[in-house]
Amino acid sequence: MQKENPVKKVNIICAKGAIEDVYATLVMGNGAVMEGIETNLFFTFFGLDAIIKSRMDKLHTAVVGNPALRLPGGLRMPTLLGIIPGMESFTSWMMKSEMSKLDIPPVSEFLDLITAGGGKVYACKLAMDMFKIKKEDLSEHVSGVLTVGEFYEQAAGEGSHIIFT
Amino acid sequence: MAQKTYAGVTVDVNEEGYFTNPSQWTKEIAVEIAKEEGIELTDKHFAVLEFLRKRHNSGEALSIRSINHSGVIDVKTFYQLFPGAPLKKATKIAGIPKPASCV
Repeated sequence: MQKENPVKKVNIICAKGAIEDVYATLVMGNGAVMEGIETNLFFTFFGLDAIIKSRMDKLHTAVVGNPALRLPGGLRMPTLLGIIPGMESFTSWMMKSEMSKLDIPPVSEFLDLITAGGGKVYACKLAMDMFKIKKEDLSEHVSGVLTVGEFYEQAAGEGSHIIFT
Repeated sequence: MAQKTYAGVTVDVNEEGYFTNPSQWTKEIAVEIAKEEGIELTDKHFAVLEFLRKRHNSGEALSIRSINHSGVIDVKTFYQLFPGAPLKKATKIAGIPKPASCV
């Protein structure tokens, strides 16, 4: 069922580094690649953690100040419980194991799948400078470090969309 | 329900062209569906199609990750064999329903 103005290209910006923020970008990006849509992922600010080799598979989710977080069984998790040592690691581990059951891969493997299908991954130059991140720190999935202007150049084209997750 | 004729055989398909009865599928039919999609099937393609059918018949969900772990093919080759939207195209040619998975 071909619609009149199909999405031909997506440019997804990921500016946060919690599990759910990064996976929003990865799931949307991988989905686009699978549909044959040209895909650019742009990681900036805390989102850089998703493409830094030593951090990408160790992302966490926030257990303090996350009002949508629920305990197993569906009760709201009191924010004070979040300050218990180990709670953040445990919650993050739970999230990852639940995702794995649905065949959602770890970040590095997800980026393997996306780049194997032709998706491109970029890092933000300004954020790299700010956090003192060097090119060697980035995973081999990254095709380049872009300025904002270069990002917009990459995003040009008919049927192209910019998504901020 | 719509019907289509491939290799002289009439099969049941849905409005998007996916088989509603996977047992009607044959290799000859696959060759013709593939032609419609602009793909010339090779042994490598058939190995993938058989993996997809086997997985479908055992009731397991299909995902791009499961293809990578199949041992039959890696994802990069999968994208090359079925260019564009590989999982959608491959399942159509394999005569099984379109995958409902987001990954």
